Amino acid sequence: MLIKLTGGKIYDPANGIDGEVRDIYVRDGRIVNASADERVGQEYNLKGRVVMAGGIDPHTHIGGGKVTIGRMMMTEDHIGNEVARTAITRAGCGHAVPSTLTAGYRYAEMGYTACFEPAMLPANARQAHMEMGDTPMVDKGAFVMLGSDDFLLRAMAGNKGMEFIKDYIAWTMHAAQALAVKVVNPGGISAFKFNQRQLDLDEKHVHYGQSPRDILLTLARGLKELGVTHPLHVHGCNLGVPGNDETTLATIRAMEGLPVHLTHVQFHSYGTEGDMKFSSGAPRIAELLNKNTNVSIDVGQIMFGQTCTASGDSMRQYGNTKSAAPKKWVVMDIECDAGCGVVPMKYRDKSFVNALQWAIGLELFLLVDDPWRLFLTTDHPNGAPFTTYPHLIRLLMDRGFRNDMLQKIHPGAQAATILHSIKREYSLYEIAIMTRAGPAKSLGLKDRGHLGGGASADITVYEDKADREAMFQVPELVFKNGELIVKNGVIVKSVQGATHVARPEYDRHIEGPLRDYFDRYHTVRMSNFRVGDDEIIGHDKGSIIVQPSKSRVKAA
Amino acid sequence: MTATKSASAPSGSAAAGVEENVACPFCGILCDDLEVERSVAGLKVTKNGCSLAIAGFERPVIAASPQIGGRDVTLAEAVAEAARLIRVARLPLFGGLGTDVEGMRAVMATAERAGGVVDHAFSEGQYRNFEVLQTSGWFMSTLTEVRNRADLIVIVGSDVHTLHPRFFERIVATPEPMFLAAGQKRTVVFIGEGLDASAATGGSIGEVLTLSCPIVAVGEVMSALRARTKGTPLAVDTVAGIPIVQIDDLAERCRKAQYGVMVWAPPSLAYPSADLTVRVVSDLVKDLNVTTRFAGLALGGNEGAVSAGAVATWQSGFPMRVSYASGQPEYDSTRYAANRLLASGETDLLVWIATFSPDLTPPASAVPTILIGVPGMTIDKTPLVTIPIGTPGLDHAGRLVRCDNVVSLPLKNLHRSTLPAAADVLASIEHAL
Ligand SMILES: [Zn+2]
Repeated sequence: MLIKLTGGKIYDPANGIDGEVRDIYVRDGRIVNASADERVGQEYNLKGRVVMAGGIDPHTHIGGGKVTIGRMMMTEDHIGNEVARTAITRAGCGHAVPSTLTAGYRYAEMGYTACFEPAMLPANARQAHMEMGDTPMVDKGAFVMLGSDDFLLRAMAGNKGMEFIKDYIAWTMHAAQALAVKVVNPGGISAFKFNQRQLDLDEKHVHYGQSPRDILLTLARGLKELGVTHPLHVHGCNLGVPGNDETTLATIRAMEGLPVHLTHVQFHSYGTEGDMKFSSGAPRIAELLNKNTNVSIDVGQIMFGQTCTASGDSMRQYGNTKSAAPKKWVVMDIECDAGCGVVPMKYRDKSFVNALQWAIGLELFLLVDDPWRLFLTTDHPNGAPFTTYPHLIRLLMDRGFRNDMLQKIHPGAQAATILHSIKREYSLYEIAIMTRAGPAKSLGLKDRGHLGGGASADITVYEDKADREAMFQVPELVFKNGELIVKNGVIVKSVQGATHVARPEYDRHIEGPLRDYFDRYHTVRMSNFRVGDDEIIGHDKGSIIVQPSKSRVKAA
Repeated sequence: MTATKSASAPSGSAAAGVEENVACPFCGILCDDLEVERSVAGLKVTKNGCSLAIAGFERPVIAASPQIGGRDVTLAEAVAEAARLIRVARLPLFGGLGTDVEGMRAVMATAERAGGVVDHAFSEGQYRNFEVLQTSGWFMSTLTEVRNRADLIVIVGSDVHTLHPRFFERIVATPEPMFLAAGQKRTVVFIGEGLDASAATGGSIGEVLTLSCPIVAVGEVMSALRARTKGTPLAVDTVAGIPIVQIDDLAERCRKAQYGVMVWAPPSLAYPSADLTVRVVSDLVKDLNVTTRFAGLALGGNEGAVSAGAVATWQSGFPMRVSYASGQPEYDSTRYAANRLLASGETDLLVWIATFSPDLTPPASAVPTILIGVPGMTIDKTPLVTIPIGTPGLDHAGRLVRCDNVVSLPLKNLHRSTLPAAADVLASIEHAL
């Protein structure tokens, strides 16, 4: 059946379309270039409506052990946020760390059709996929964490060479069913297990003698040479530590032009100026980012209120436990592979530090010129729950509103930010880049995030309201693979999204040393470590989309 | 009476052969290096089988028919009757929950639709941990990390060897931990009396010490240890019969450890307010991390208890003891405890799920029961409906979450029998509601 979406204002940056009135045709779940005389089975009159591709969140902690630790710990945050089942949706709960089912519904209700879990530990990959399997409505995928795993660090320390390491990276992506690779506090999670309490960019790991710089360059180079579309996704050193703006600047320079994505940069943009020895490093970082087109970022905006931080960065999360609110936390050392830390946090607008964190995030959004290299995130749930996105969009699009909000925060923080002087207001076109086209391009989702012929018909329709928060809160229509799933912000059909993975080439001989490593040291056999396609397709009732990688090239 | 009858075993479809790297679902540490041989006679563990694995894999399959009130019926009839009973029940209780991730997913979906309560047979033990996680949190480790890194392992009042017969072999006595220096041995300390230390020998194990005290006094000993670790004076010569010098010695060893681990198995701490013991151990671990590295390791989790808790948490937000009577999850760890609901009669129907061991029988109560269990379960009162089901990892594929709540393992289909999966039976019931 041919579906026609008639007369909407189309914001499709991937195809250079900025608010033109156009018709969109959908057949068999895809957007098609139909001719005007074909018989239309169903028509939606979208006159005056804003039409975008479905939203894509490139960094949101929705699945995996640490999220479930957060769910288990945050009982008091669930109370009052329970959700009853309906004829078509399951029950659930949650605000800061919603249940899997509720998270999927909330994303769809907000016009999002794809979400990516950025911190899947290889050792926990199976559970991450199970949880994503129980996250309905949206497509999903995950970035597998490397960089504090003993196999890699041993290989680097033992000079095994780039081809060996690339085989291992690619093998791990296959085994964990990953779309991309993330590094978290490079080497630091492992160093913490050896009782190192910090690991700066050029500080050496006591056991392996490698520095974060060595690890970053090895992984970034490895992924580039493997042809993986999404560059190394970097959660840098010294998260949350005042003075880490210098680390971030040094990290950008350290990449030597290699493609890299720096995540939740807000948490890495803290200076040490002022009476409180806490200041904004955002202007300097944005200036350097504007000059380094090899680097993309997402912000990790904080919003005021209760949340729960969940990170693979056990070292820094342990450091943050003193700020836990309520006073409870979980930190773990995991499987000679990784770690995690789950720390509840309540950001208060009357706290100087929290208020300035808020302003720093907004400064980054507004000072980085190129929206193709900047993605809209709160690092859910670390900065705030993803359900705050409509509010965040309004802050970016509406200077008057932003300045009103600015007046409510701690006066010291108001004085310490240049936010009030920034005139920039995001356009709908730029919002569509940051929340759709940019993430799709960066992640290598070739048929997502745009509205051209051949694209998957993941489409969101908004009423063009002056109040952008209200507009983005309740989309009028959301289509997933051409099916209407949300109407006026309410789920009308429950669907199961696909899992996106990338499968770069590797030499099977890597399984020799890997099997030996698993047999000697691990408690899981190599063959059982691997997450099978049948698990995602059979047990999780999902499907797998293999996104293309470029062909592998030899080390330079 | 028994809910089963003897007849020829419903054998699986696959040919005879040997399966390697088989994961064992019969305890919470999920060893996955077993070799299992399949023949017409059934399964035989030919490598790396412990007593629990051998008992589980080699248990003969008894042919059993679905029954209504003790009378053989077809599976479809049993499913329809189970659905009818659940539909008319005021507050159905889904208990036992000895099943895999897929089975637990089906339990949650069914309980939700039926407006029922979920609680696992081993919740009493699990809540000794949940209470601490929900009120103060902790610093934990996992099996592979401990195996390669720990130079001091303290077993806190738990009979680990009985619950997990290969724990010492695989995690503690392992011949070449990655991070112990050449020739370095690890110290193992047992706190509590009557703990089987026979497996704490060989490999990388050096000294083995025991601080003997009654299990109920372990919490008191750990509190004293915590105080002495912080240098707080104690005006006593002994604590629960243990000379204070021994406690001081252990405090010193803890402070000097490079990576120490406190190990406990919640089912072993079977005394009132044992969550306070878990709390003091967790707080001690937190204290020690100020200067050195230390972590906890919680074991237990047999009968799918960890998987049940994980699935319930990610789907409902709560680890167990959730009621869907109002349509939305309502959490109350006291009110919705299975034993309390059964004793008070607040539940009028028990739906008991046991896919691993025939020994996981429902507690005695007056409440009518639907039994979705492995063949061979002996229970006092004839269930209203009995549906024999297979075991994940023997009769069908599945997944389980390990005791450390991080690693999960795939369970193979060894084609032992054609008994249906609990997940499929429950899905049929849910469909018929
Ligand atoms: Zn993150």
